[in-house]
Amino acid sequence: MRMLLTSDIAPRVAALCRRLNLLLPPDVQEALSRARDRESSPRAREVLDLLLENTQVAATEGLPLCQDTGMVVVFAEVGEDVCLRGSLQAAVDAGVAEAYRQSFLRPSVLADPLRRDSNTGDNTPAILHWEQVPGNRLTLHVAAKGGGSENQSALWLLSPSQGREGIVAGIVERIREAGGRPCPPLVLGVGLGGNFETAPLLAKKALFRPLGQPSPDPELADLEAEILQRVNETGVGPLGLGGDTTALAVHVLSAPCHLATLPVALNVQCHAARHATVVI
Amino acid sequence: MTKAPEPLRVDLPLEAATALALRAGQALRLFGEMFTARDAAHARLMEALTAGEPLPFDLAGALIYYCGPTPGPPPRPIGAAGPTTSSRMDKYTPALYRAGVRATLGKGERTRAVREACREFGGLYLITVGGAGALLGSRVLSAEVVAYPDLGPEAVRRLVVADFPAWVAYDAHGGSLFPADSDLPGAG
Repeated sequence: MRMLLTSDIAPRVAALCRRLNLLLPPDVQEALSRARDRESSPRAREVLDLLLENTQVAATEGLPLCQDTGMVVVFAEVGEDVCLRGSLQAAVDAGVAEAYRQSFLRPSVLADPLRRDSNTGDNTPAILHWEQVPGNRLTLHVAAKGGGSENQSALWLLSPSQGREGIVAGIVERIREAGGRPCPPLVLGVGLGGNFETAPLLAKKALFRPLGQPSPDPELADLEAEILQRVNETGVGPLGLGGDTTALAVHVLSAPCHLATLPVALNVQCHAARHATVVI
Repeated sequence: MTKAPEPLRVDLPLEAATALALRAGQALRLFGEMFTARDAAHARLMEALTAGEPLPFDLAGALIYYCGPTPGPPPRPIGAAGPTTSSRMDKYTPALYRAGVRATLGKGERTRAVREACREFGGLYLITVGGAGALLGSRVLSAEVVAYPDLGPEAVRRLVVADFPAWVAYDAHGGSLFPADSDLPGAG
């Protein structure tokens, strides 16, 4: 059994939050560059050039990629042979607060969704999910998730008879309707199966997979390719101004479900797909 | 491969005649003054407007930018300063054009009521690059909070910008840049 003090975790989370907001992960950067080279619309190419220039300005000037520095989402994989001493939520929140207060990131969390008059001031609380895995390590997958793209996400509780076509059609229609609002080109996380609360969780988790890496399940990989192709055929394009590049990637995760149900969740991620992992 | 047309330099605040002359799709580089306001500031501006109370800045001819920036690391006036989704402000926007606002700036498609308000009041809806916060923040020369400081990132700020990229999304004649609007009459 390995003992871990949660107080050692906060500085790692803080460093990750800073890096996430200033440096676009290489997989996303490469996907944007490839999309730029393939894009046939002049205006879409102009937009993609500005997005690539933005990543350079952010890196060289030390400015966040986007003013929406997100709400921090953490998936924690806790090894079965790890004993955590202290509160993981408190440690993650301490790291988030340090990064957002001291590194000029925008506090974007309101204490009360209804009254909407009180910003927590340090971007806490983070949203924390736990999972037990074999081994003696603690792995934190951290993302800074923007609000504009989150707003275009969706959950459908389909009838099983709607099947694969129902899944694909629902997602494609949703992205068409969203247009330029969620900042395309997008990354789409899709959760299939599970139930009312786990399908969205799968969709969120799917966003953490490196871009360009298909599902290991051939049928899901085929579904990902079909959704990507059909979403890009909508012609929504970068910023909704038309073009070939509406999504950079589609990631699907699935789980067993009740025989009467077909839950489908779509988590929409903007092109600033800020995700990173730390192993402790 | 065809190239996108060269952008047009436009000084702010926008003259009424300039607003009328611009057409959807025109690429712009903005120079001059704009005011940031997003969700919470809009709610307060509307309360003041409805109650006939004085407003924190002169709406006449103004450009409202839907932006909640990150704080500027010294000596920068501002950090990242890209647009937020415009459609969340749609409920308030026609009344603001009626009160004299000449242009709004954000990202994404909006309701038909906003497009019609542009036509009725000679206004424009401009868009800029969603998610290019660092690039756009680097085009801001000065920033000062002019109202609602308690709203933090949502306070109203007066910005002076230079070489700030934008496109005309809705013009004053019913035209729209968005392919999704092409089924509506007057789309350009």
